[in-house]
Amino acid sequence: MDFITQVINGLGLGSIYALVALGYSMVYGIVQLINFAHGDIIMVGGYSVYLVMVIYGLPVWVAIPVSIIVCALAGMLIERVAYHRLLIHNAARISLLITALGVSIFLQNLFMLIFGSDPKSMPTIFPAELIKLGSLELASSTVINIVVSVLMMMGLQLLVDKSKIGKAMQATSEDAGAAKLMGINTNKVVLMTFAIGSALAAVGAVLYSNTYPQIKPDMGNLLGIKAFIAAVLGGIGSIPGAMLGGYILGVAESLTKAYISTTLTDAVVFGILILMLLVKPSGLMGKNRKEKV
Amino acid sequence: MGFLKKKTGIYYMVNFMLGTLLFFVLLISINTKTISWSDTGIIILICINVTLAASLNLVTGILGQLVLGHAGFMLVGAYAASLFTLHSGLPLAIAFPIGLLLSGIVAAMFGVVIGLPALRLRGDYLAIITLGFGEIIRVVANNLKITNGAMGLSGMESLSSRRNPSPMFIYAYVIAIVVVILMFTFGRSRHGRAVISIREDEIASESMGINTTYYKLFAFVFAAFIAGVAGGIYAHHYGMIDPSKFDFNRSVEILIMVVLGGMGSITGSVISATVLTLLSERLRDFSEYRMILYATILILVMLFKPSGLLGRYEISIPKLAGKLYRRIANRKPHSETGGAE
Repeated sequence: MDFITQVINGLGLGSIYALVALGYSMVYGIVQLINFAHGDIIMVGGYSVYLVMVIYGLPVWVAIPVSIIVCALAGMLIERVAYHRLLIHNAARISLLITALGVSIFLQNLFMLIFGSDPKSMPTIFPAELIKLGSLELASSTVINIVVSVLMMMGLQLLVDKSKIGKAMQATSEDAGAAKLMGINTNKVVLMTFAIGSALAAVGAVLYSNTYPQIKPDMGNLLGIKAFIAAVLGGIGSIPGAMLGGYILGVAESLTKAYISTTLTDAVVFGILILMLLVKPSGLMGKNRKEKV
Repeated sequence: MGFLKKKTGIYYMVNFMLGTLLFFVLLISINTKTISWSDTGIIILICINVTLAASLNLVTGILGQLVLGHAGFMLVGAYAASLFTLHSGLPLAIAFPIGLLLSGIVAAMFGVVIGLPALRLRGDYLAIITLGFGEIIRVVANNLKITNGAMGLSGMESLSSRRNPSPMFIYAYVIAIVVVILMFTFGRSRHGRAVISIREDEIASESMGINTTYYKLFAFVFAAFIAGVAGGIYAHHYGMIDPSKFDFNRSVEILIMVVLGGMGSITGSVISATVLTLLSERLRDFSEYRMILYATILILVMLFKPSGLLGRYEISIPKLAGKLYRRIANRKPHSETGGAE
């Protein structure tokens, strides 16, 4: 029973990774950029919830939409200010990466200046209860995480498959030049991708601060790396892949914590990435793209 | 040296002589206490940072791959060297150079382990894998018994003392100079040209028969080796290390030296490493704003001059002097007031 509880806890943790991984995966799929700032968007989301609930004393149902909107706007702003010029000029990949890194450091240190580097404790977002399922005892946050992440994934899949903007996204990620010729406004598509990815990160931030009621300016660092590992694990560019990668990572982490050592969890996660790159670099559900010259 | 033009060879010689001259000037001023003990410390730190920046430039500038965990290799090297000198029982004068070599080798082994899976592939996997490595090696060092956890190691003796302040400086300076020369000549060697061709177009260079994985790994492991050695010097310079000294900000600091100086310009790295080290020593009061400033510089440089301030231009003192001389000589016939530049 203990084992099953650990697995389910892992799924709960993995749901957060999965939501963040979706953002990485979408952006990477469209502009081939590892958006280092994505992890810090979670931090922005966390702090906006904190700001609304603690400083202004407003209820949860205000805080969540505000944090989603703030993150989406932040994502769009970052794209416009930092990446847009490089993207339209077809700059070298390394320039984009360094810019993304710069944005990430900037956000972290800006928030450190404003809010201080000490962790802030979050108010309860959803009431914490123990849910009993037969002989299993689960924290309510775990169940909420899993349910929300699955709903989000289904919603996103639907959006990408059925809506006009989703189809435009697929076309742009397939071949940006051809998409442009077909009359798709690729600039708008890129902007929308950043907005949607960041909004998902905001949901991840809400879930994260509900599960671990503490936020600090550099919380996005390790979370971001792990989410990216999840995206690579599942196959970058694939929505169900990102989810699967997130869940696997969460379960691996939770099991390592329970049965091997609490301090080695990060090293295990990292080992998974190295192994995955050696064995199947395209990821579990990724397509093997041929390179054209 | 048949492939060199005669003039280029002379320029190299002059530049090398100037470097040696600077070495002796500094050495004499340190030994005669003209340069104070604390300033000597800063000079050693500059040498360490020059070494680090030049080695990172090999991967980021010449190979064109982003490395975000250079401080991780420093950490590995620092711990390897410290553990060796602390436990080997050899006299320091012998243990220190062996320890430095060992720190390079251990860091290079880590480089192979994390570089091989990432560099076999095309794309930016090296950035994320080194970023992860840098973060996680710190967590591991924080929790292992042999590294003494978050307390870190202390009691490493420096070769220098107040009575004899120069040995540490000699090590740091000579290693920095050797690394700079190595990097400079590497970029112009057969191996270096192969690495450059990978930066320019990986698919094309592969189809020309270049073993891209080998050369990418070679450059990366080479850089890791040097970063490890620099870490070894760093540990013995300060006498105490703990994992928090080698955090992500440290990696960024090295990266910004490379980016600012120019990706691919070794002399640019030397200059920006020197300037930034001096600045961050002088501006300790503003350290809160330092990272914000660094981040802004990174973004602005990438947006408006993506190859860095110097680009791939190498500064050569005789070349500059020659240019200046010709300019003055050309002006003379036209006007009497020339040459004021």
